[in-house]
Amino acid sequence: MPDQIVTFILQVLNGLKIGSVYALVALGYTMVYGIIKLINFAHGDFIMVGSYALLYTMPIMVSLGMPAWIAVVMAIAICVLVGITVEKVAYKPVRKKGTNMSALITAIAMSLFLENLAQTIFGAAPKPVGTIFTFPDMIIGKVKVNGNTILTIIIGVSVMIALQFFVRKTRLGKSMRAVSEDGQAAILMGINKNRTITMTFAIGSGLAAVASLMYCASYPQATPTIGAMLGLKAFVAAVLGGIGSIPGAMLGGIVIGLVESLSKAYIGDLTGGVITSAFSDAIVFGILIVVLLVKPSGILGKNIGEKV
Amino acid sequence: MLRVEGLNVFYGAIHALHDISLTVNDGEVVSLIGANGAGKTTTLHTITHLKEAQSGIIEYNGKDLRKAKDNTIISMGMAHVPEGRHVFRDMTVQENLEMGAFILNDKAVIRKNMDMVFEYFPRLLERRRQSAGTLSGGEQQMLATGRALMSNPKIVLMDEPSMGLSPLLVKEIFKIIKTLHANGITVLLVEQNAKMALSIADRAYVLETGSISMSGKASDLLKDENVKKAYLGA
Ligand SMILES: Nc1ncnc2c1ncn2[C@@H]1O[C@H](COP(=O)(O)OP(=O)(O)OP(=O)(O)O)[C@@H](O)[C@H]1O
Ligand SMILES: [Mg+2]
Repeated sequence: MPDQIVTFILQVLNGLKIGSVYALVALGYTMVYGIIKLINFAHGDFIMVGSYALLYTMPIMVSLGMPAWIAVVMAIAICVLVGITVEKVAYKPVRKKGTNMSALITAIAMSLFLENLAQTIFGAAPKPVGTIFTFPDMIIGKVKVNGNTILTIIIGVSVMIALQFFVRKTRLGKSMRAVSEDGQAAILMGINKNRTITMTFAIGSGLAAVASLMYCASYPQATPTIGAMLGLKAFVAAVLGGIGSIPGAMLGGIVIGLVESLSKAYIGDLTGGVITSAFSDAIVFGILIVVLLVKPSGILGKNIGEKV
Repeated sequence: MLRVEGLNVFYGAIHALHDISLTVNDGEVVSLIGANGAGKTTTLHTITHLKEAQSGIIEYNGKDLRKAKDNTIISMGMAHVPEGRHVFRDMTVQENLEMGAFILNDKAVIRKNMDMVFEYFPRLLERRRQSAGTLSGGEQQMLATGRALMSNPKIVLMDEPSMGLSPLLVKEIFKIIKTLHANGITVLLVEQNAKMALSIADRAYVLETGSISMSGKASDLLKDENVKKAYLGA
C-alpha cells in the first residue's frame, strides 16, 4: 500500500477519535438545549471536572489495589453530581424567575466560576493524568494503528449506540424526548418535567466524564481551562448537526473531528504552504459559518419558527 | 365532579378571567362557548395547572386541584386535549399514543386502550408508524384526542377539537364525543362552533371577555335570542 494511503487512513482514524470525543460533549449541549432551550456554557467545564476527578481517583484506586475502571466510574459519578448541582443551584431558580437572557448569562458565569474554582484548588499549571488504559497497537494489513485510538473510537461509538437505545426505546428516554418536543403536552401526559431535566443534566455530565476519559487517554493533562476550547468545538459540532438533535450532535462531532484532522494534515500541501495547519481551528469555525448560511438549523436540525 | 368557583387569572396586568364559576357533573357534556380571546383556553389551562390562578377554587372529586402537583392531574382521571393539538411531532403515531398512557404500567391495558383508539379512528391505525408531524391537521386532531383517551380518563377537557377541520371531520369528532358520553365519560368542551357544541351538550356556559355571561341547559341556550345573534349567526 502506498504511504499516502496509509497516512490518509491514520488521519481518518485520528479524526474519528477526536470526533467521537466532540460528539459525546456535543450530546450534552444538545440534550440540555432540547429540554430547557439553554446553551449550557458550563458544559465544557464538566470535562475539566472529569479530568481532575480521574487524576485524583486513579492513584487512590491503584494504591488500594483496585482496578482502574473503578476510578472511571467514580469520575463519572463526580461529574454527574456537579452537573445536577449546577442545574439545581444556578439554573433552576433563574428558569423560574428570569428570562432566557439571564439564564444564558448565568451559564457563562457558571463556566467562569468552575474554571476559577479549579484554578484556586488545583493551580493553573497543567497536571499529568496517569495512564488510564493502554491497548496494544494493531497491525491491520500493513497499517500499524495506535491501540488507544481504536479503543477510544470503540468507547465513543458504544456510548452513542447505548444512548440512542435509551432515548428511542426506554420509558425514561421517551419522556425525555417528549419534554424536549413539547414540555406542556409532556406535563399533561403525567411526565415529571423537573425530574426529566435533572436526568438530562446527569446524562450530559456523565457523557462529559466519558469524553474526558477518552481525551486524557491521548492528551494526559488536566488544566483548569481544558474544557474551554474542547467545549467550544463540541458546541460548534452541536450547532452544525442541528442543536436539539441527538443524531445531529453525533454527526456534527464526527464531521468536526474529521475536518480538523484532515485539514491539519493536508491543508499545507494543498495550498502550497499558504495556509498552514495552524489554521485548522479557523477552518472548523469557517465550516460552521458556511453551513449556517446555507441551512441555519444545522444539518439534521428542524426548521424551527417557520411553522406555527 | 368538577367545581370551579370565583376563579381569577392574570397574564401580567391583563385580567383574563373574572370570578369564573362553573360546575361539571358526573357523566355530563358541558360546553363552554365564547368569542376569540374570551378566556376559554385560559379556563382549561388553569384547571389542568398549565396556568396559575390568582384566586378561586378548583375542586375535582373533593380534591383541591390548585394544590396538586403539575403532572399528577392525569393520574386523577382528567385528560386535556390542548388547543392546537400539541402532538409530539417527531414521534410516531403509536409512540404518541403510548405517551398518552404514560401513567399506566399494565401493558395489556395499554394495548386494549390503543385498540379502542384505533377503533374510534381507523385512520390512525393505517398511519401507526408515521411520525405525527407528517399527519394532516385533521389527523393530528384525531391523534391528540386519541392520546387523551389512552389513560382511561373519567373527564376529558377538549379545546376546540373542530378547529381547522372539514365539515365531515367535525361531524366525526362530534360523533366520538357522543360515544364518549354514552360510555359514561364526562366532557368539558370548549368550542367556537357554538351550534355543534350546544346541540351535543347537556349544559353550557357562555364566556364573554373573561366573565360568564350566560349559562343553562344547552337546548335553552340554543333557542335564546342573544345567543342566536352573537354566536349562531342567525
Ligand atoms: N400567554 C399569554 N400572555 C398574555 N396574554 C394572554 C396569554 N394567553 C392568553 N392571553 C390573553 O388572555 C385572554 C384570553 O385568552 P384565551 O386564549 O383564553 O382565549 P380563548 O377564549 O381561548 O380564545 P380563542 O377562541 O381565540 O382560542 C386574551 O385576551 C388573550 O390575549
Ligand atoms: Mg382558545
